[in-house]
Parts: sequence; C-alpha cells; structure tokens
Amino acid sequence: MTGGSVLETKRQYEVVFIVDPTADDEVGRLTDNFKQVVVDQGGSITKAETMGKRQLAYEIQHKKEGTFVLMEIEGSGREIAELERRMRVNDRVLRYLTVRVDEDRRRAEKLKVRRAAKAAKRSAAGQSRRGSAVEFAESNND
Amino acid sequence: MSTNYEDRQRGGYDSDDDDRRPMGGRGGGRRMHRRRVCRFCIDKVDLIDFKDVRLLLNYLPERGKILPRRISGSCATHQRMLAEAIKRARNIALLPYTTD
Repeated sequence: MTGGSVLETKRQYEVVFIVDPTADDEVGRLTDNFKQVVVDQGGSITKAETMGKRQLAYEIQHKKEGTFVLMEIEGSGREIAELERRMRVNDRVLRYLTVRVDEDRRRAEKLKVRRAAKAAKRSAAGQSRRGSAVEFAESNND
Repeated sequence: MSTNYEDRQRGGYDSDDDDRRPMGGRGGGRRMHRRRVCRFCIDKVDLIDFKDVRLLLNYLPERGKILPRRISGSCATHQRMLAEAIKRARNIALLPYTTD
C-alpha cells in the first residue's frame, strides 16, 4: 500500500463508553451530544447502539454497574481526539475505550479471501485425484 | 547419582515433544486432557471481538488470568488476538483484572 492511499482511506473506530448508572435518563442526550461533536469535526457515525445497563467487572468510582454505549465512527482521527477530550472532562462518563478497527477488519477480509481461494484449489485438486484413482481402479479390473 | 536422576526427570517434564505423546509412560495421568487444536482455527475466526464476553470467559479461569496456550491449544495468531481482546475488555470493565 502506498503512503497516499493510507491517508486517503478513512479510518474506522469503535468507541465504547460507560455512563454513570445514576444518570440513566441522560444517556440519550449524552450520546446525541457526542454524535454532534463527531459530525462537527468532520467524522460520520456508522452505528450507535446502547448495550444496556450491565454489571461492571470491578468498581469504577465506587459504581458497580453502568450503561454501556457503543458507537462506530468513520473519519480522519481528529474527531476521536475531540471526542475523547469531551468524554474525559465529562464526569457522567465513567470510562471510555476507543479501538481502531479498519486495519484488523481488512486483515480479516484478506484472510477470508485467501482461505476461500485455498479451499477452491483443494477441492479442485481433490476431484482430479479422485478421478485418476477411479481410472486406476478400472484399469486394475481389466 | 540421585541428582542425575532428578535432572533427567525435570528434562522429561519440560521437554515440549513430551506433550505431543498422548499419555507418555512417564507422565501417565498427571496431565489433564488437552485440546491440541486451536478452536478458533476450526471455527475459522478472523477477528476476536472484545465485546464478546461469553467467548472470552472461556479463556479466563477463576483467577482471572489469561489461559496460556499450552493449555488451551490456541495457535499463536489466535492467542495474540485473544489476549488483545481480553485486555481491551478488562479496560472497559467487561472482564476483571483480578478475582479473589
């Protein structure tokens, strides 16, 4: 891949954040707020869903549960910086995690294609071998 | 003389190809049954999602440590993906760092 295309292709991110369970009614507003931030910075939202309230594996700020929200964002990376800054200062957000997913997904796609090609090749080879085996058996019968 | 014997014993325990033999005479019954093949390779998994807690929990024994691949039988590629996913899940409190 050349340097130019890396910069041109948009990056995909997965952002998960945990909202304070006592501020449950604010989840929608908060999410909309963050979406607006991303759009303002030139990114786009490909997916946004609330994973619901669930138990935390360990306490964060003395809270035992939290509402998880998942967003998928496409953009240059600038909107992520701004979004993370906003989440950091917002005390309703207990924790956030951003993962860049486009590279891993591309890799997975490549592996899939390679495996399909291999399977096709193998089945073709298997067929020809079976064919010759049959011929051999027939010649033996004579 | 006795030290010599012990050395040999340890060598047998550590040596890797010993694991391949199902129930080699020396270790009879000591080892638990091992999955020798990578589950992820069989299922043709290309991507391990850190949000898939149910899957990740299979590789997290009671103590909360990542199951080593000498036990789980995962291949290097998938063990790497698995470890990464578990660490991410820990960060976002989906999985514990420790349990006591």
